[in-house]
Amino acid sequence: MSLFDHKVSDLHELLHKKEIKVTDLVDESYKRIGEVDEKVQAFLTLDEEKARETASKMDEKLGSDESKGLLFGMPIGVKDNIVTKGLRTTCASKILENFDPIYDATVVQKLHHAETITIGKLNMDEFAMGSSNENSAYKKTRNPWNLETVPGGSSGGSAASVASGEVLFSLGSDTGGSIRQPAAFCGVVGLKPTYGRVSRFGLVAFASSLDQIGPITRTVEDNAYLLQAISGLDPMDSTSAKIDVPNFVQSLTGDIKGLKIAVPKEYLGEGVSEEARQSVLDALKVLEKLGATWEEVSLPHSKYALATYYLLSSSEASANLARFDGVRYGYRTENPKNLLDLYKKSRAEGFGDEVKRRIMLGTFALSSGYYDAYYKKAQKVRTLIKNDFEEVFSKYDVIIGPTTPTPAFKIGENIDDPLTMYANDILTIPVNLAGVPGISVPCGFANGLPLGLQIIGKHFDESTVYRVAHAFEQATDYHKQKPVL
Amino acid sequence: MSRISTDQVKHVANLARLAITEEEAEMFKKQLDAMISFAEELNEINTDHVEPTSHVLDMKNVMREDKPQKGLPQSEVLKNAPEHQDGQVKVPSIIE
Repeated sequence: MSLFDHKVSDLHELLHKKEIKVTDLVDESYKRIGEVDEKVQAFLTLDEEKARETASKMDEKLGSDESKGLLFGMPIGVKDNIVTKGLRTTCASKILENFDPIYDATVVQKLHHAETITIGKLNMDEFAMGSSNENSAYKKTRNPWNLETVPGGSSGGSAASVASGEVLFSLGSDTGGSIRQPAAFCGVVGLKPTYGRVSRFGLVAFASSLDQIGPITRTVEDNAYLLQAISGLDPMDSTSAKIDVPNFVQSLTGDIKGLKIAVPKEYLGEGVSEEARQSVLDALKVLEKLGATWEEVSLPHSKYALATYYLLSSSEASANLARFDGVRYGYRTENPKNLLDLYKKSRAEGFGDEVKRRIMLGTFALSSGYYDAYYKKAQKVRTLIKNDFEEVFSKYDVIIGPTTPTPAFKIGENIDDPLTMYANDILTIPVNLAGVPGISVPCGFANGLPLGLQIIGKHFDESTVYRVAHAFEQATDYHKQKPVL
Repeated sequence: MSRISTDQVKHVANLARLAITEEEAEMFKKQLDAMISFAEELNEINTDHVEPTSHVLDMKNVMREDKPQKGLPQSEVLKNAPEHQDGQVKVPSIIE
């Protein structure tokens, strides 16, 4: 048994009673990484020396008031698009190969405050653009449940490292499903918070109106604890919301009697596999037994979400990624003829194909003569998609559906066809467009691969999302199964 | 018919400051054409009286106190610059 089979609250108890030490937790992490990361390939950079040093110092505080924080000494992995001072941050791109951040992201500062221990930085699709981790410039992370399949993306390393027991939990980021989809594929719990709940300061921007950082964990309770630690208003992110952070763990009552669930017919229809559909119907039976009721509803603009998302996210990306110009930081081409040549060649040599494709699409959608037809049109359709959610949430507490249309696919299967790859995200993208919170929890297996149940809530109502996810988790055994590596 | 010409692809690449080869131009033409024609399904929806959403939260002009703060030290800022000299970031000649 691994120490990471325990929940955060149990580990905290063991630490406090001095039955284990912080160094044991850190040892467990690096030992497991040594055993399995050659197969899983989740980590891009390890921070072993510093982590071990920090752990030793923390052991001296054990048992004192200074070790009372619940996350004290817990080993965490951080997605490589979240900047960490003095610890290489690449966004899995060649253009940031040697980038050594000079400040910590707000979430990283908050982790320091909570005294977690950063084990290392996790692989991802380059600049978070992708659904399989095949777009990383460095390595292809594997799904711990079946090494021939993808872990999902873009936070593939974050999900795979937790599923394979390399870390207790991790941080990912989610722009169109990048936390929930890999969490579903790897059989772990992943939450995208409400837009504005968590500061984006220090998250290398992909699409600023959609990006959110969120926790990936083995249990719903751990997820709630980690979100608690990273949430809140931040003067460095003007889009972080001035709203109270409730005690999320207190909402895990197990009681969902009278809960009203909406199940959009669009989430169980065309393009969704039979296994995914059936796992959701089974999950609804579990929730009904616990006292909830469900009805079929419609989110009529769902089918337009994918096109809307690709226009908006690529447009925002084309602007955000303009900063990588080979001047102040990042990769620079050799022997440029002049400044323009320096920009063009540094970017051409530094970015991968998917990133270039999206920069091109975004630049096109924002260019003179096309702005109204593509970009503005997509912004208007976004309003309709958001209104669909508001309409349903005026009558229901949560929306439930599958996280992904299928379980994890084989490495190489979708990489040559961008549109098929994008279709993976049809059930998660609308949630980002509406800005509401969504979680994926394990809800079954198909051919030995995990399936995820997606629970979507109202703006800033993560508490209800967690309550439902926790009640479901406690009534089922899916989260207790572990991949054999 | 293609919705985007090779010349347009090259124009967009120039706007995006991306050097592309002839082969890449053809590849992007095909891929962008597929993506743009996919995006055109949005034209099925009438959005005449719909306001655009650029941001989901109801917030505008977020201000902070106008308090001067110390900037980052020069050595830190230059740490990641590919080339620098005398405390300045160095680039190739701009005026020929």
